[in-house]
Amino acid sequence: MKSLAELQAIKEKMQNKVALREGTDEKRVVVGMATCGIAAGARPVLNAFVEQVNEAGLAANVTVTQTGCIGLCQYEPIVEVFEAGKEKVTYVKMTADKVARVVEEHLKGGKPVAEFTQVDIK
Amino acid sequence: MKELSLNILDIAENAVKAGATLTEILLEEQGNTLTLTIRDDGCGMDADTVRGVTDPFYTTRTTRPVGMGLPLLRLAAEQTGGHLTVTSRPRETHPDDHGTAVTAVFDTGHIDCVPLGDVPATVATLIQGHPDTDFYLRHDRPGKEPVELDTRLLRDMLDDVPINSYEVLQWIEDSLREDYDPQ
Repeated sequence: MKSLAELQAIKEKMQNKVALREGTDEKRVVVGMATCGIAAGARPVLNAFVEQVNEAGLAANVTVTQTGCIGLCQYEPIVEVFEAGKEKVTYVKMTADKVARVVEEHLKGGKPVAEFTQVDIK
Repeated sequence: MKELSLNILDIAENAVKAGATLTEILLEEQGNTLTLTIRDDGCGMDADTVRGVTDPFYTTRTTRPVGMGLPLLRLAAEQTGGHLTVTSRPRETHPDDHGTAVTAVFDTGHIDCVPLGDVPATVATLIQGHPDTDFYLRHDRPGKEPVELDTRLLRDMLDDVPINSYEVLQWIEDSLREDYDPQ
């Protein structure tokens, strides 16, 4: 195990910015993590979102969460982006490589990456 | 599933959904035998349900009437000549010691044995999605130090810092990677 002292240091650093980190929940990124999603490769997609949202400094207003099967297994990995007052955006057949553009163009830039969505599925 | 660690992720999700406060993931290697146990203290299942869960046409989900989680794990075990067992004690009849244990035994020398894969990523993913329940991982390997992680101990240390904050998750994953592959 890595040193617990290191974890202690992380904790102290975090406590100083806890107030800042209380997410405003402006945007929610939801990754399907049922059997179908996991088998299709959702784990690296989720982990890429967690990493890149943080590295882009978006942690204060973007929350990354997991959900079960939404019934469109053939399109997994599926990622839904919810934003108050806007229509939900559904990304299908996601890969870890596609995450960078969603973070940059959609979560940061506010413009969904149309080519990763399939608007005709409800 | 391309990695057993993905089956672990999937089955552990069931444990969390069953209301577990603690989900244990135990891996034990002895010679060519790998025993995986996922044990929880969730609501448990009655005997009829237990009989049904490895049938792909049994599921708790509502989106469609098939559930592939346990059948896939059973397949992964049986295709190596191993087996899968599920035991469960429902809360109604066992108010003090309810929960479910899934045990899968693999012959790792068999050509059809799926690689274990990225256990640290699976554990980090579980904690990311379920910060309010506890996970315990122990992996015993012959001739090597066991790999062990207990979120209850980390939680004590973290006080009010969320266990699923990015920096903590990264520490957990890196720490497990180091234990699996000491420098």
